Amino acid sequence: MTHYQETVVLQGHIIDSLMLAKVLDRIVMMGGTFDLEHVSIGKTREQPSSARIVIQTTSKTLLDDILNAIQPHGASIERETDCRTTPSPADGVLPDDFYATTHLPTQIRLDGQWMDVDRIEMDLAIVINAAHSIARAVPMGDVHRGDQVVVGRNGVRVIPLQRPQERDVFGFMESQVSAERPHGHVIDDIATRMRQLREHHRQGRAESQILLAGGPAIIHAGGRESLAWLIEQGYIHILFCGNALAAHDMEADLFGTSLGYGLTAGRAVPHGHEHHLRTINRIRAMGSIEAAVNSGVIKQGIMAACVRQGVPVVMSGTIRDDGPLPGVITDSIQAQSAMRALIPGVGLVLLVASTLHSIATGNLLPATIPAVCVDVNPSVPTKLADRGSFQAVGLVMDAASFLSELARRLGRTT
Amino acid sequence: MSRLLVCPPDFFGIEYEINPWMRLSNGVDHERAVRQWHQFVHVLEKDLGVILERMAPIAGLPDLVFTANAGIVVGHTAVVSRFRYSERQREEAYFEEWFRKHDYHVMTVDHELYFEGAGDLLGFPDCWFGGYRQRSDIRVFPILSERFHREIIPLELVDGRFYHLDTCFCPLSGGELLYFPAAFDPYGQTVIAERISDQLRCAVPEDEALRFACNAVCIGKHVVLPTGCPTTQDWLQQRSYATHPVQLDEFMKSGGSAKCLTLALD
Repeated sequence: MTHYQETVVLQGHIIDSLMLAKVLDRIVMMGGTFDLEHVSIGKTREQPSSARIVIQTTSKTLLDDILNAIQPHGASIERETDCRTTPSPADGVLPDDFYATTHLPTQIRLDGQWMDVDRIEMDLAIVINAAHSIARAVPMGDVHRGDQVVVGRNGVRVIPLQRPQERDVFGFMESQVSAERPHGHVIDDIATRMRQLREHHRQGRAESQILLAGGPAIIHAGGRESLAWLIEQGYIHILFCGNALAAHDMEADLFGTSLGYGLTAGRAVPHGHEHHLRTINRIRAMGSIEAAVNSGVIKQGIMAACVRQGVPVVMSGTIRDDGPLPGVITDSIQAQSAMRALIPGVGLVLLVASTLHSIATGNLLPATIPAVCVDVNPSVPTKLADRGSFQAVGLVMDAASFLSELARRLGRTT
Repeated sequence: MSRLLVCPPDFFGIEYEINPWMRLSNGVDHERAVRQWHQFVHVLEKDLGVILERMAPIAGLPDLVFTANAGIVVGHTAVVSRFRYSERQREEAYFEEWFRKHDYHVMTVDHELYFEGAGDLLGFPDCWFGGYRQRSDIRVFPILSERFHREIIPLELVDGRFYHLDTCFCPLSGGELLYFPAAFDPYGQTVIAERISDQLRCAVPEDEALRFACNAVCIGKHVVLPTGCPTTQDWLQQRSYATHPVQLDEFMKSGGSAKCLTLALD
């Protein structure tokens, strides 16, 4: 939907005189929406108040009509200026006063025109190309000496999210973090979205991919089969994980254990603690997970499903990893950029049973991509929301129950 | 002792049409107008003991008689009006000159902001009200509020017949208010009701509002108002105001009455 907006400022005794109410009423009555960006209220009756109002409409004509209607009531259009840029002083170094992005849709004003910032995510800088035709959000480490970086706040505007038309759990835009809330309707809504996105994906439509970022608890808790089924059925299109999820998934296939525990018997198996090391070693010997799956050494499970379905997997290493498995990216910044490269095209994100991967993935997401964060520990969805990923719906439940409930709703019978 | 600025109606007449009251075809009976004006100032000076400052009338400026629109006076500062219509803009220099000659510190507002003086800015000692939309620009009030450290509540004037705030809104010395509610939008009506309690508020009936009952001059417990406003007079008398009705219908042809013919100087 094309988006038109203008910022106006209202000053004076605007509260008691109902002038602010009148202007806001007028905007809404005429069919616009507004965002009250800043209101400062005079501390005494004599002191004036002021309000900065961002008006949004779906047409230029409506925006002009609203501006004409509210200007006589004192609303003055904030003078727009182009954004300022400064060249980066060195590779990987941003100029002082660089504009730090939010994960909301953002526009910059260049040569008198507003343009969208591509690949928006939180905590990046905005770099403009020489032709002034592309503005892109860029991580600090990827900036090259001489890149034109947006500085200050002038000529930059952040567009608040429109409330989505779907009246499902994602429409509320609030992180519901509570173990006491019923989960059924949330999982129903996720399943509905996934069914719809799989259809869109098959039709080759944009932003139809489903990304899952998960931790090894998926295997320990017994969610392996459900997740493998979801991948095989075409419901998961990208997987982010660490060394552990892949290692325990293949350990389960080779030894029937997860971190040494028999998955069916639920008992520690003699020398079971070595199983994941032996698994990693075997895959290292074969050169890659793909080779292990294609040669039939790894037959079932999450990794096997990913290889067979051509689902890209980004495995990011951590400081406590054993091995690691071939394909694990041990340089965090490289891992981040491999993950970032797969974000365009994503339409839904499931963050399951991993604090590290959930927050890392959440950081890379524009606010426009809905996300669900599932964890038995309520602090994980809370942490995610505290770090700004307010669009993530929190679900406090065990990974295996979530995945099996989800798979059941999507048609898994066993 | 109250001091008011007035201007004799030597050159008063209808020479243009800039409000719904003015009709070139409805000419002023000049002699009658002069008589009415002298009667009016007689009441002010002799009955109420007001000190009047008379500014010299200027040929070709028929509305100079309406000194309420000269500006506003706060202490030793005079804010000179910027008229919306070019017909009256020529008065600005004369008003400014008068203020300067009488040792007022003269303040002006941006040329692009219209402000028609005490016609659109009046109120109680602690809170002022500013009429906008018809003649004055709302953006002038925050500037004056900051300069004079007074709260100024803007009120939108929605009826062209009540084109200045002083045609439909008259604060009285005891905190009471004469006003014509329909001259304001619902927001303005709500704000007025929130600020002035029911028993202090007189909603003037329409027929009297159209005789400019609200365009009254209040000096202490005396109110000088146009004739033909019995309901308003009764209300005032019940609240111990002495009423002084004066015939000013020649000036109504131009859309002005008692209050429009005066400017409070201190």
